Amino acid sequence: MSVKVRIPTILRTYTGGEAEVTAEGATLSEVIADLEKNHQGIAARVLDDTGKLRRFVNVYVNDDDVRFEQGLETATPDGAGVSIIPAVAGG
Amino acid sequence: MAVHSTETAANTPSVALGPATALSCRECGERFDLGPLFACATCFGPLEVAYDLPSGDPESLKKQIEAGPDNIWRYAPLLPVPTDVADKPNLNPGFTKLVKADRLAAELGVTGGLYVKDDSGNPTHSFKDRVVAIAVEAARAFGFTTLSCSSTGNLAGAVGAAARRAGFKSCVFIPHDLEAGKVVMAAVYGGDLVGIEGNYDDVNRFCSELIGDPLGEGWGFVNVNLRPYYGEGSKTLAYEICEQLGWQLPDQLVIPIASGSQLTKIDKGLKELIALGLVEDKPYKIFGAQAEGCSPVSTAFKAGHDVVRPQKPKTIAKSLAIGNPADGPYVLDIARRTGGAVEDVNDEQIVDAIKLLARTEGIFAETAGGVTVGVTKKLIEDGLLDPSLTTVVLNTGDGLKTLDAVAPTSGPTATIRPNLDAFRAAGLAG
Repeated sequence: MSVKVRIPTILRTYTGGEAEVTAEGATLSEVIADLEKNHQGIAARVLDDTGKLRRFVNVYVNDDDVRFEQGLETATPDGAGVSIIPAVAGG
Repeated sequence: MAVHSTETAANTPSVALGPATALSCRECGERFDLGPLFACATCFGPLEVAYDLPSGDPESLKKQIEAGPDNIWRYAPLLPVPTDVADKPNLNPGFTKLVKADRLAAELGVTGGLYVKDDSGNPTHSFKDRVVAIAVEAARAFGFTTLSCSSTGNLAGAVGAAARRAGFKSCVFIPHDLEAGKVVMAAVYGGDLVGIEGNYDDVNRFCSELIGDPLGEGWGFVNVNLRPYYGEGSKTLAYEICEQLGWQLPDQLVIPIASGSQLTKIDKGLKELIALGLVEDKPYKIFGAQAEGCSPVSTAFKAGHDVVRPQKPKTIAKSLAIGNPADGPYVLDIARRTGGAVEDVNDEQIVDAIKLLARTEGIFAETAGGVTVGVTKKLIEDGLLDPSLTTVVLNTGDGLKTLDAVAPTSGPTATIRPNLDAFRAAGLAG
């Protein structure tokens, strides 16, 4: 399963400045593990010490906030878009 | 006495924003130069402005403030703005009325003094003018030419107006199904207004992605990449309330929650006044108010959780309809730390409360004001808010913006032919 991952500005130091990268995985958890393989250090920015999504990170698979879905176990179908976004915005 | 809200700045700021020295992560404490940043590069936590606030005699500072203009710039020494801010083109909001609401107090059984901080008196008729005014100065300092925002309505109008006054272009984003009054108020200033097919959280997500794209280059999004500065504008509500009470802290405040930013910054402002010696250091309680149809923070509060589970909003209080509130966890911390609470009311109670405030005090509040008044009533009934203490309730916007909420139940008492017999027959005389 290949997906496109939108990278927020503050994580682009890990992707050589790329705003979008491809990653493999059938679930968000697998996608993040694959990202880490190719962009070492990025997983620790998105996940906390216990392996959960950080409190101030929002992740969307296509248009769905994964917190409304199955969190890290949310399915990432082939061709899906994954967006990682700082949660602290708006209001 | 020097007051540092965080440790000494690690880097010299490259822009002159008054007493602001750096941006500091609320979660991990990492510090960054002043700039258009909003999330910590280490932990994604929110950044906030760190200061080196004025030292010296509190009485001198009080006098300096009291001699200032009748707007938020009287507090410029406590804000991230240039020292000559009052001379720049800006909407100059603030110093709105603090109304002693004796008739409402009598209805609610409040004996300790009840006040309504009526922010409908701002230039675009909501508290958003305060936060936008600060963001405009940050945008100027960072060289942005376009102002933007994600908005539930009030902010779009405030940004549109402030942009015109200050000489910026503007492009603002709103959910496509907002109240007509807010759409008109956002559009009339002539900047671009874009309706997004989705709710506010969808709009917010879109804006967050736009910032990271070349399409959004050169844009200052007041509540995204300028959010640390923007948020500080809400501190002025705390400053004004205390000054208008004769430099006294209120015992209790009831504050609406959308993202939760306003509530957290009012708390920050109160703490600063205490640290500066401008008010007596005594306990105060902060209560948060939500609509039942969008109550992620009150749900978490009642369940004893310290994380906020997002909701899909469905309420007439659209200005509070943020299902994934960025500052929700901090609101929970503050309500618990101060001994307050977070409560919600349903749409019917919101409408009743709008009418209650209108018929007792002559203040026509938007739905968010119905939420705070309704929650105040409920908190008193539940024994959570002490009616014998001084209480301030916020009305953050004008009822003319949300006419739809009350229109079905507010109309002429009678429609008659233009003669005295008809008037007599209608039973309205005397």
